Amino acid sequence: MPDSKQPTLWHEFHKGILRENPNLIGLLGMCPVLAITQEAKNALGMGLATTFVLIGSNFVISLLRRLIPPSVKLPAYIVIIAGFVTLTEFLLHGFRPELYSALGTFLSLITVNCIILGRAEVFASKNNVLRSVLDGIGMGLGFTLALLLVSSFREILGAGTWFGLSVTGEYHIPVLTLAPGGFFALGCVIAVIHRLVHKEPPQNIGCRSCPLADSCAASKGGCSQ
Amino acid sequence: MNSLQVSASPHARALISTRHIMLAVIAALLPAALNGFIQFGMRALILLLVTTGSAMGFEMLARLVMRRRQTVLDCSAAVTGLLLGLNLPAGMPFWQAVLGSFIAVVIVKQLFGGLGQNFANPAIVARIVLMLSFPATMTAFQIPGTDAVSGATPLVTGTAGYWDLLLGNTAGCIGETSAAAILLGGLFLCICGIISPVTPLACIGSLALCTWLAGNDPLYQILSGGLMLGAVFMATDYATTPLTKPGKLLFGIGCGVLTFVIRQFSTYPEGMSFAILLMNLLTPYLDRMTRTHPFGADNLAGKEKPNA
Repeated sequence: MPDSKQPTLWHEFHKGILRENPNLIGLLGMCPVLAITQEAKNALGMGLATTFVLIGSNFVISLLRRLIPPSVKLPAYIVIIAGFVTLTEFLLHGFRPELYSALGTFLSLITVNCIILGRAEVFASKNNVLRSVLDGIGMGLGFTLALLLVSSFREILGAGTWFGLSVTGEYHIPVLTLAPGGFFALGCVIAVIHRLVHKEPPQNIGCRSCPLADSCAASKGGCSQ
Repeated sequence: MNSLQVSASPHARALISTRHIMLAVIAALLPAALNGFIQFGMRALILLLVTTGSAMGFEMLARLVMRRRQTVLDCSAAVTGLLLGLNLPAGMPFWQAVLGSFIAVVIVKQLFGGLGQNFANPAIVARIVLMLSFPATMTAFQIPGTDAVSGATPLVTGTAGYWDLLLGNTAGCIGETSAAAILLGGLFLCICGIISPVTPLACIGSLALCTWLAGNDPLYQILSGGLMLGAVFMATDYATTPLTKPGKLLFGIGCGVLTFVIRQFSTYPEGMSFAILLMNLLTPYLDRMTRTHPFGADNLAGKEKPNA
């Protein structure tokens, strides 16, 4: 990219962890955060598996960014992502069978996690390999952080344990481990993280006030809303 | 010489305030609470005091933390706490009851902006959360006059007599057993003009009709379970039910029919709280559907100002 004001490598890495957290700030990829956050252990596994796929797909897509014709870029991205997901699935099935069975179908569904496709489209297809890999690591860690926060909230208050260790004993609120509790926990974590990272709510709601506006493809093409 | 005062309208004020309304509701709840005390003993009274006190405490704390005007003196938190207590079995552990107060007052009411801003009835949501979290303690109903023996509600056994149901001599939550005590409170509120009898009548009537059509005993279904308590005190909450009379009618019918469906076809014996919560969510739509139009404004009917 012949851009004179190119951000530093450190910025590409750490932006995904808090300031542009894909899940808690960008509100992408909410399904796994609601579905497999009953236990912190599984959430950590899911986060790391997604991070691995994200790094791999960002790497390969960035390498091939001049070779993939724009007309077939989405199918090409999906094939690359699905390849890495299949790899992850086989590795987990072989080496961590208990995690494999706990994640179930959500492992295959990493393919359609919109964070991965989003980073491929928004970042990896426009930046060099080093930056894309750093972006993948940062975004993956941000996603893992989101999963860890929500699952810790749910496991500690909902089941009284954390990573399987007893924390609060018999005093816990089982509804948090059910689906409504998942939505509630996610809402609380999003609220707290927004408060910590952005302090003030945006003045006017729209594309420009979105924390991801800088990297968003729509805002460059003149987002009308 | 009198000084001339210029002020904005309204110039004439009625003496009635939020506090008066809430105190009247508390007065109306007292017969049910008294009946709970008579039937279930000291433990029930202490539980009611714990939920009421903790609800007021949480209200005070939440307003303090959010740096807003103190509203604990308008007694709405006391009503919420008392209603929640009346919806719990007498043997409920205290920490679970206090948790219920926290959910009702802080999460359902204060996080949404306080009295009048909540979209669902606080006591109902707290009851449902406790029901989903602690099904064992929430259904361990005491049998009146005994200390720790737990029994099923008349909805499950189906064998209680009408007089027992009316006077509250059955197993159940603290405040729901005696239909007569609840009706007394409801009558008082209707005469004071604080609640409109439309919602409770529509709710009870539609449940009775559905039950009769299904070939069951309508009177038994009306008198048992939490229907009376819900219909009189929870389906008539100002903030979470429709404002218009047709809206209230539809709300009541919805509650009655949903309660019948849940009682008849689901695995839960009682469905009043779920029915009220579902209808709470529909309240804005019921209000919009049944909005009255000023005379002469026919042309504008149905045309809304676009939200720019």
